[in-house]
Amino acid sequence: MCAYDATVSDFSDDAYLVKALVAGDPDAFAYLLDCYNSALIRLAQQYVPNRAIAEEVVQETWLAVIKGIDRFEQRSSIKTWLYRILLNIARSRGVQEHRSIPFATTAILDDEPAVDPRRFRRLDPRARGQWKRPPHPWADPEQHALDNETLRSIRDEIDRLAPAQREVLTMRDLLGWTAAEVCDALDVSEANQRVLLHRARSKVRAALERHYDQGREL
Amino acid sequence: MSAAATYVCRQFVEDVTAYLDGALSDEVVTLVEKHLADCPHCREYLRQIRSTIAITRALTETDVDAMPSDVRARLMQAFLEHRE
Repeated sequence: MCAYDATVSDFSDDAYLVKALVAGDPDAFAYLLDCYNSALIRLAQQYVPNRAIAEEVVQETWLAVIKGIDRFEQRSSIKTWLYRILLNIARSRGVQEHRSIPFATTAILDDEPAVDPRRFRRLDPRARGQWKRPPHPWADPEQHALDNETLRSIRDEIDRLAPAQREVLTMRDLLGWTAAEVCDALDVSEANQRVLLHRARSKVRAALERHYDQGREL
Repeated sequence: MSAAATYVCRQFVEDVTAYLDGALSDEVVTLVEKHLADCPHCREYLRQIRSTIAITRALTETDVDAMPSDVRARLMQAFLEHRE
């Protein structure tokens, strides 16, 4: 077992990180900036019209963090606490900028199938629900991911998603948050966040399928 | 007709997110895995969903720049001043 070493700081432990922040350790604040600044900008872009405003919102968030760290009670993780501060600031800015604000529950009720129902057999009772037009294998998708056109097609599709779907997809698949973290941040049930994620992922897959199928036909 | 025979492709494409999240009941997981063993198209669909997640994740590596150094310096300064 390693001996205790005060010079080794485990900032990945929330409780330790908070103590270091309250004590005024600049390394702790630098760690926070390194870990979360990009993620916060990405999230802020969901709520305000452009990147410049998103950056302002994030700077305002950091100032609020500096002032508010003493009051952070650790009922949630630092990640979701930061996100809540950002969301409050972004929403008030979003209102000022006249952009509609996504609420996670609005896009849940409409029933959108993951795949066009016409791609499944419907008439033969023994084969109903089986693929009629199955997906074609994608040629080496990991490698294609690096090409700009593929990335653009996926980014465009994400931009077209319903705001609540885009919000959950951003957290889960772009930023790699867990289901529990998303539920905590957005205050939605696990089932609801999953419906939103499912709709969003299904649409992004369909966009990639169109992209790859187009490439196959050429 | 057995329960397994009633689990079809159209159901799988709706269950795939819950399946990957480990949120399905053991009973449904058994149906899904039996179906996947028999259905190459749904195995392909599952592969595509996994690729979709990986490609979406790859976006994070491309389009947010590091914080400008003057902004960073200003925030570090604000932190130190507030803590004093």
